Amino acid sequence: MNVNYTAEELAFRDEVRAFLKSELPADIAAKVKLGKHMSKQDHERWQQILVKRGWYAPGWPVELGGTTWGPVEKHIFDEECSAFGAPRTVPFGVNMVAPVIIKFGTQQQIDHYLPRILSGEDWWCQGYSEPGAGSDLASLKTRAVRDGDHYVVNGQKTWTTLGQHANMIFCLVRTDPEAQQQRGISFLLIDMKSPGISVRPIITLDGDHEVNEVFFDNVRVPVENLVGEENQGWTCAKYLLTHERTGLAGIGSSKAVLAHLKRIAMKEVCDGKPMLEDPLFRAQVAEVEMQLMAIEMSTLRILAAAKEGGVPGAESSILKVKGTEIRQAITHLLRKVIGPYALPFLEEEMQLGYDGELLHADYSASLAGDYFNMRKLSIFGGSNEIQKNIVSKMILEL
Amino acid sequence: MDFKLTEEQQMLQDTAARLVRDAYPFEQREKFSESELGFSAEFWGQLGELGLTAVPFSEDIGGFGGGGVETMLVMTELGRGLTLEPYLQSVIYGGGLLNQLGGDAQKEDLLPQVAAGSLQLAVAFDEPQSHYNLHDVQAKAEAVDGGYRLSGRKAVVIGGHSAGKIIVSARTSGDSRDETGISLFLIDPNAQGVSRRVYPTIDGRKGCDLFLDNVQVGADALLGEIGNALPAMRYQQGRAIAAQCADALGSMDEACKLTLDYLKTRKQFGVPIGKFQVLQHRMVDMQTELEQATSMAILAATFADGEDNDERSRIIAAAKYICARAARKVAEEAIQLHGGIGMTWEYNLAHHAKRLVMIAHQFGDDDHHLKAYAKLMQVA
Repeated sequence: MNVNYTAEELAFRDEVRAFLKSELPADIAAKVKLGKHMSKQDHERWQQILVKRGWYAPGWPVELGGTTWGPVEKHIFDEECSAFGAPRTVPFGVNMVAPVIIKFGTQQQIDHYLPRILSGEDWWCQGYSEPGAGSDLASLKTRAVRDGDHYVVNGQKTWTTLGQHANMIFCLVRTDPEAQQQRGISFLLIDMKSPGISVRPIITLDGDHEVNEVFFDNVRVPVENLVGEENQGWTCAKYLLTHERTGLAGIGSSKAVLAHLKRIAMKEVCDGKPMLEDPLFRAQVAEVEMQLMAIEMSTLRILAAAKEGGVPGAESSILKVKGTEIRQAITHLLRKVIGPYALPFLEEEMQLGYDGELLHADYSASLAGDYFNMRKLSIFGGSNEIQKNIVSKMILEL
Repeated sequence: MDFKLTEEQQMLQDTAARLVRDAYPFEQREKFSESELGFSAEFWGQLGELGLTAVPFSEDIGGFGGGGVETMLVMTELGRGLTLEPYLQSVIYGGGLLNQLGGDAQKEDLLPQVAAGSLQLAVAFDEPQSHYNLHDVQAKAEAVDGGYRLSGRKAVVIGGHSAGKIIVSARTSGDSRDETGISLFLIDPNAQGVSRRVYPTIDGRKGCDLFLDNVQVGADALLGEIGNALPAMRYQQGRAIAAQCADALGSMDEACKLTLDYLKTRKQFGVPIGKFQVLQHRMVDMQTELEQATSMAILAATFADGEDNDERSRIIAAAKYICARAARKVAEEAIQLHGGIGMTWEYNLAHHAKRLVMIAHQFGDDDHHLKAYAKLMQVA
C-alpha cells in the first residue's frame, strides 16, 4: 500500500503545472474562478491550446491524438486544471461520443469525426432524454424509420445541454418499435443543420440558457451515420454512461470551489471577524473538506481497480452520488457566506467582461444562481436515485 | 390548548386566500415581477381596500386589532401565492417599529397611512459587514443644528425601491458593534444625498442598496429615543420573523402539493413514480418538515406580540431555525423529485424553491439563529 504519488507522477504533475502556468489564458482563468459563464469562444480557445499540446483527448488512443495516461495521470491533470481555473472540458464530443465511435464505429467514422472533434469543427450535444424518458431512458420514443439509404427521424429530445452551440447531435432513436424496451434502439449521429430540426431554449431557474429542447420533424439521416449495429444502440448508450459518470464526481472542480469558498470566507465578515473564524461555519467547511478527502481517495481506488484503459462499472455510480452531494454542499456554503447579498439577482454582473460598479464583490453575484444551477447535478446523467438502484442491483445484487 | 380558528380568524383567512387565488395566478406574477415596480399596485390597493394592510394595527387608528395569529393567517396565503408586495416590510416590520417607537405626532401622521396601505415603509438595518447582526452598525448620524446628518450604506433593503419612507438604523455614538448608540431615522428616499441602487432579487422581488451621503434630516425624523433603538429593532425583527415563517409555510405547502401531484401523475418504468418507495419516503420527509415548520410558525405567532423576554427570543430563534431548514429541505427535495422540470423558469415550483431558499438570507439564516438559541438555551 502506498497512497503517495510516485516520483514519475509528481514529475508529471510539475509538467502539468508548468504548462498551465504558461498556457492558460489569464482572462479565462479569472472567469472560471469567479463563476462567470464561459462563451463558446472561451471554450474553443482553451481547446486549441490543449490540442496543440496533445492533451485535449487523454482518453483516446495515442495514434488518434490521445495520450498514454493511466487513471492517476488523468486525475492529476483534471485536478491541476481545476486548481488553475481552466474551463471544464465540454464533454459531449471528446469524452462521450468519441469513445463510442472508437469502440463501436467504423474506420470511416473514426477517420471522419475524430479529427473534427479535435479541430473544433464539430461541437457535439447529447440527444438522450425525452419528455417521457428521463430516468426511464429505455422508454424513449423518438423514431427512426429506414427509407432507402436514409433514416427518417421524428420525435423530441430535451435537456440538451449547450445544444444552441452544437452542429452535431448523437441520438438514441427507436428503430424497432416492436422490440422490448432496450432492444430496438439505435445510436445515430445527426447533423443539427438538417432540415426539420428545431432547437428551443429552456431557461432554468437561475435565469440561464444552458439546456434546450430539440425537435425532429422528418429529419433525413444517412445510414452511414449509424454507429454500431441497428437495434444495438443500448450497448453504446450504456458504455457512454459509465464513461460519463466517472467524470461526474467532479473532484478537481470541487476542490477548486472549496478553495474559493475559503478565500471568500476570509473576506466576508460576521461580528467583525472573517466568516471562516466563526466556529459553526468553520465546522461546516471542515466537514465538506473531509468528505472531499475521502471521495478523492475512493476515486483513485476505483480508477486504479478499473482495467487498464477501461472504465469502472457500477462503482462510478457511488462516486457520482457522493461527488455531486459534496459539490452541492459547497455551493450551499458559498451562498451562506455572503449573507443578505445572496438575494440580489444581478444578471449584468454575472456576464462576461462586466466592468461596471460591483454591488458587493466580484465573486458574489453568481453564488445564489450557482447554488440553484447545481441542483442539476443530482438529476442529470442518471439521477442519484437511479445511481443507487444501479449500485444495489449490480454490486449488492439486491 | 386550542388550535382552532375563531370565526373572525376563519373569515380573515378566507378573504386573504380568495384574493390571492383570484389576483395572483402564476403567469400574472411573472408580469408583476418584470414590471418596473416589481409587484402589483392593483393588488396592493386591494390589500388596503379589504383591510388586510390594517390587520396588525389597533382599532383606534382604523386597524383590525389583529395579533400574531391574524398576521400568520394573512402571511401564509401571501406566501402560497408567492406574492411580491412588500407587505411584511411595510405593514409588519416598518409599521411595528413606528407603532412601538413613534411619538404622538409621528404616529398620528403616519400610522393610519401605513394601515390603509397608502404609505409604504421599508426597513434598512443590514449593512455590507453586518451579516444579519442588527447591532453591527457603521452608518453614522451626527446631531447638527435642528436635526441630524446621516452617512453610510445600507444593504439589501427589500421594497426600498418603492417605499415612501425608509427606516434606517445609524450610529449616534459608540463603536461599530456596540449595543448602545444606535438610533432610528425615518428618511425620505428622495431627499438630497440619498441614492439607491435598485435590483431584482433571486426570488422575483425588488430591493436596493441605500447610500446616504450627508443626508440632512429634521429632529422629527428621529424614531424613538436617541441611542437606544436596539431592543425595539430586535423585538420588531422577531415579529417580522414570525410573519416570515408563515410566509414560508404557505410556499412550502404549495411546493409539497405540487410535488405530491407530480408523484401521482409522472410515469416512468410504466408506473407513476410515486409507486417507488424511496420517493414515497422522501415525500413523507417533506411533509414531516412542513409539519415541524407549521408548529414553529404557530408558536412564533403566539409569542410575536408578547412580552419581550428570553423565552420569546428563544422561540423566535427556534422558529426561524426550524423554518429555514425546512424551507431549504422542501425546496431541494421538491426539485429533485420533479427532476429537470423542477428547474425550469416557466414552472412555478422553481420559483417556490427560490423563495424558500432565500428566506434564510433575510433576518438571519439558520446558523445565525442556531447560535442565538444556543446562547439563550436554559441549562437547567
